[in-house]
Amino acid sequence: MRIVIEQNRCIGCGACVESCPYSAILIEAEKASINEYCQLCRACLSVCPEGAIIEKSEESDNIEVVDLSAYKGVWVFAEQRDGHVASVAFELLGEGRKLAKELNTELSAVLFGSTEAEAKELIRWGADRVYHCRDRIFDSFNDEPYSQQLIKLITRFKPSIVLSGATPIGRSFIPRVAARLRTGLTADCTALQIDKDSGNLLQIRPAFGGNIMATILCPNRRPQMSTVRPRVMKRCDYEPDRQGEIIEIAAEGLSSNTEVLETHKEASYCKVNLQEAEVIVSGGRGLGNPKGFEMLQELASLLDGSVGASRAAVDEGWIKYSHQVGQTGKTVCPKIYIACGISGAVQHLVGMSSSDIIIAINKNPEAPIFNVANFGIEGDVYEVVPLLIKKIRESK
Amino acid sequence: MRLIVCIKQVPDTAEVRINPETNTLIREGVPSIINPYDMHALEAAIAIKERKGGKVTVLTMGPPQAETALREAISIGADDGVLLTDRAFAGSDTWATSFALYKAALKIGFDIIICGKQAIDGDTAQVGPEMAEFLNIPHISYVKAIEDISESSITVQRMMDDGYDVVRSKLPVLLTVVKELNTPRLPSLKGKMAAKKAVINKMTKESIEAEEDNLGLKGSPTMVKNIFAPEAKKDRKMLTGSIEQQVDQLLEELRRLKCV
Ligand SMILES: Cc1cc2nc3c(=O)[nH]c(=O)nc-3n(C[C@H](O)[C@H](O)[C@H](O)COP(=O)(O)OP(=O)(O)OC[C@H]3O[C@@H](n4cnc5c(N)ncnc54)[C@H](O)[C@@H]3O)c2cc1C
Ligand SMILES: Nc1ncnc2c1ncn2[C@@H]1O[C@H](COP(=O)(O)O)[C@@H](O)[C@H]1O
Repeated sequence: MRIVIEQNRCIGCGACVESCPYSAILIEAEKASINEYCQLCRACLSVCPEGAIIEKSEESDNIEVVDLSAYKGVWVFAEQRDGHVASVAFELLGEGRKLAKELNTELSAVLFGSTEAEAKELIRWGADRVYHCRDRIFDSFNDEPYSQQLIKLITRFKPSIVLSGATPIGRSFIPRVAARLRTGLTADCTALQIDKDSGNLLQIRPAFGGNIMATILCPNRRPQMSTVRPRVMKRCDYEPDRQGEIIEIAAEGLSSNTEVLETHKEASYCKVNLQEAEVIVSGGRGLGNPKGFEMLQELASLLDGSVGASRAAVDEGWIKYSHQVGQTGKTVCPKIYIACGISGAVQHLVGMSSSDIIIAINKNPEAPIFNVANFGIEGDVYEVVPLLIKKIRESK
Repeated sequence: MRLIVCIKQVPDTAEVRINPETNTLIREGVPSIINPYDMHALEAAIAIKERKGGKVTVLTMGPPQAETALREAISIGADDGVLLTDRAFAGSDTWATSFALYKAALKIGFDIIICGKQAIDGDTAQVGPEMAEFLNIPHISYVKAIEDISESSITVQRMMDDGYDVVRSKLPVLLTVVKELNTPRLPSLKGKMAAKKAVINKMTKESIEAEEDNLGLKGSPTMVKNIFAPEAKKDRKMLTGSIEQQVDQLLEELRRLKCV
């Protein structure tokens, strides 16, 4: 397919130039034309007042189609750190169950390293089968052996869908797997659906720093691969008695040019643990100074919660990066999220808008944060928060 | 050391917005910039060259106007620039992009390739690792510090969810870097002069000897079905009354939610 501008109909008005997110349309000699930056996102199609922009399919359009029917089943790559399976794996199993049900197929997990006990946990969280490679080579994370082994498994068992966490581990080695298998990979998805007609996976993700959402397809190659953002998918019910199959897989012929020499845990990362917190009190530039965070910490302690922050507050140096929530920080999904002096830029919203209850305190009634808030208070944080702290104390 | 830095020209995403009524993008006057993470990649390469000697080549795949990004990189300290441009690259997803860049990197020659962590338009963070796989070389993602570098190996700190790992890799290697790594320098006057005079090396699908089947739309396994505006939650509720009354209502809610 190509998107072309019919030159005889183009009036050079420039409406399409502004619609293009990739700067791919230029006006030259009063006519618009599309250059190599075009990603075929179709954003320009509807804006031309003359209808001069059209999609043209071409014979040489499509990538060679693999035999789609040879690929079956949904897989979840279950990453582990120090032997413990990461919580995103359980979330993906919850989502994977839904997809597998719709496709009337099975759900498998892949576990490298770790223990049999953890493999059984994966079954209780919804996997029908676990492919477990227990070799010591997987104890610490190295991209090459991880990708070599996953490539082997996928080539042998031919799953139709492979999901992995959009974590430093998943986002680092899964691209190698997709490159080698000559298939598509969609990064950092926030929603997945099955297309009713084709059975293809619809992979939905934010782009442009969260300003727009895109639906991505991988129609002609298999498996369909996605990395999925932690804390957006919901776990299914834990079934302590659930039975499944564990298949031990030997690691053979793996090699690595990299070696992990040391691992440093940063205390603040563990203590903050924003992604597990049930209550988060977050502060933004509206706090005006680092002292504001002491006040938020006090409120958070009273509510058994953790402290989060907007990027603006982190950039000001008021609080460490490990507290940052949003597009370039953490995605959180607490029961209660209290945003104090945060305007609600999309990049912040994508990281917290799936919280159960959002409370916003901001002195500007027009702040976009109020659009996602369940309860909004128009007021000064330094008036509202101390009062709230006082009243909670009194009621205890 | 032969160093290649992969840079991408991107729209400044902080300014891209979607019009929720027409579902189209508003990008009036949105400027093009070098992807911010790639500025850190460039800085890292120049710093390595200053310590170890060698040459820094900036590589970009894009339309002819991406040449300005290469010149900007040269003004900051890169030695030369390669512009990979061909209509056949149109519609490339990350697979086809990294394939073309891999072919170009082979032609240029390298000991270390440095990419940004991700490009701020697509935010995929996939091009670096995919290139490394095509090149059959190791890669290390999310590099936040370079501890040591020798003729045959490099030791870096790799950011992880719970802290960082110290990882050593043999050369050649590909790194993707985060902004904690360094502070990019500004162009120098001498650099600006060099940038004006520099001859940009242009490469096409012929010069990288890539098969058409692996390029552009045809080489891309993924396709964009549609784009749309992120939806806003609709149950917005502003509390009313004096601040004290509002705080009381909030407290009431927190009690109801068994949070207090
Ligand atoms: C590629 C990219 C990635 C990004 N990633 C992230 C990310 O991960 N996380 C993130 O948060 N941001 C991110 N941003 C930045 C984002 O666009 C915003 O700039 C940022 O979220 C703004 O932070 P803020 O709301 O604290 O500050 P501001 O937008 O300055 O808002 C401050 C708010 O405080 C209110 N206020 C001021 N004083 C008071 C007071 N005394 N009492 C009550 N209210 C008060 C004001 O009315 C205002 O609404 C990213 C941007 C880009 C381009
Ligand atoms: N068209 C391109 N030309 C050169 N380098 C690129 C291109 N696209 C991506 N890169 C590099 O790959 C990194 C990751 O990009 P992405 O996978 O698109 O998020 C960027 O920071 C660049 O270093």
